[in-house]
Amino acid sequence: MLMRGSHVIAESAIRAGCRFYAGYPITPQNELTEYMAGAMAKVSDATFIQAESEIAAINMVLGAAMTGARAMTSSSSPGLSLKQEGISFLAASELPAVIINTMRGGPGLGNIAPAQGDYFQATKGGGHGDYHSIVLAPASGQEQADLTVKAFECADRYRSPVIILIDGMMGQMMEPVILPEPIDPRSLPPKSYILNGASQRPSRFIKSLILDTRDMEEHNWKLQRKYESITRDLILHESYLTNDANLVVIAYGTAARIAKGAIKRVREMGLKVGLLRPISLYPFPKGAIVELSRIVKHFLVFEMSTGQMVEDVKLSLEGRSKVHFYGRPGGIISTPDEISKVISSLYYRQNLEEEQ
Amino acid sequence: MLKKTVFAGFGGQGVLMMGYLYAVAAMREGKEVTYLPSYGAEMRGGTANCTIAVSDEEIFSPVASSPDHAVILNNPSLIKFESALTRGGLIVLNSSLVDRKTSRDDITVYRVPANELAKKHFNDDRSVNIIMLGGFIAATKMTSIESIVKALHEIFKGKKSDIMAINEKSLTLGAELVIKGA
Repeated sequence: MLMRGSHVIAESAIRAGCRFYAGYPITPQNELTEYMAGAMAKVSDATFIQAESEIAAINMVLGAAMTGARAMTSSSSPGLSLKQEGISFLAASELPAVIINTMRGGPGLGNIAPAQGDYFQATKGGGHGDYHSIVLAPASGQEQADLTVKAFECADRYRSPVIILIDGMMGQMMEPVILPEPIDPRSLPPKSYILNGASQRPSRFIKSLILDTRDMEEHNWKLQRKYESITRDLILHESYLTNDANLVVIAYGTAARIAKGAIKRVREMGLKVGLLRPISLYPFPKGAIVELSRIVKHFLVFEMSTGQMVEDVKLSLEGRSKVHFYGRPGGIISTPDEISKVISSLYYRQNLEEEQ
Repeated sequence: MLKKTVFAGFGGQGVLMMGYLYAVAAMREGKEVTYLPSYGAEMRGGTANCTIAVSDEEIFSPVASSPDHAVILNNPSLIKFESALTRGGLIVLNSSLVDRKTSRDDITVYRVPANELAKKHFNDDRSVNIIMLGGFIAATKMTSIESIVKALHEIFKGKKSDIMAINEKSLTLGAELVIKGA
């Protein structure tokens, strides 16, 4: 079925058992909220709320997660800034939730065009305190469907907020999609921590206020161990023509699609260039990059920002290979032609033809 | 073979629906498809456009910096997209509303008097987009007319049969009356 990205995520969420959605309008992701309003009305045990603000929406999601519901909110860059306190509270309280960020040009109100300037905010915590959200970055309609299901599964498994990071192009574009099979949320395993009435059992507490410093330190280390296990188990990436490559482009989401088009062009010119596309941005596919660096001495990071993921690439490589960067911030969508010129000029300048 | 087409006109002329029908038809023929609408702060009567990429292989960028085809429903859209069209590209113009000459001699131009046809046959402007789509399909053979008809039935299922008849007639009118040449 030919479907808009925002609608794919919304429909896949409901099929994945999402029964609570709260959101506040912002372009370019209003189609998601709109779809949820219509579709959730047809699901008997679902609740849709157009909240009075982004802050209210994320806190309603926090409340719904406390009761055990698969819960979701969505917004775009400025709205995500407002949600950060709630995301920090979700992480601290170890509550599952799925948060969609349809990134737009920033900082500030910026514009509504596709951009990738929220990478740091999404992957490095974003709110206060020592925490991370799991961050997934789909690059097609089908991946938006598949990763939405995965986001709910990971949120429950790790009791953690999961952010799906897309942009206006992913959200607005229609592609053929096979939607996931619907599940009944009542068939999911029961959650041992939820607040669903304390009759016949001792009462429970969910809180993020831990005044005792030793307890707070222990809680921090507990979260840290969780992030270590996430990093071991959850890394997702795609490799494209990397086997014989002298130069590997690293890009995610929309930028990765443009880069792929560019690589196809330079391959026709005989340049040995490949693509590594991180699908999980946190955890970051460090191991795959290190593995490539045994042969590849030059990496080109392409982002629709002034350079954020490039820092994670450098941290992964620890000086093993050279890292180059090309970025177009502010909502500019590069063409494959533009990126193929960037790639070929770098390729010849570094004399990679000679390297075998 | 990757072909990118821009459909452009006034908001309200049905350009997004035109592109959507084409995209669904191509998908049903087993092609890879992307549909990218212009979005955001547009006003009623302002410009609207969408880009549809159709290919036998995976489509990377859904954006067309130099489209292969353009279906142009009004003058502002011609000004906006004419220069971007690829060398050897193809334009289908709504000659009822586009009175400008194209300034390119390296492209093929087709014309359909869509508003006049719509007025004459249905006394109503609303089928202009479907007439233009008929002209585009006849000029490019990107899909079969039958696939567009199927897409119409798929998308407008539940609509009255007389509306469907108007749509099918519009498609045929456009396909038959498209004229090659500037």
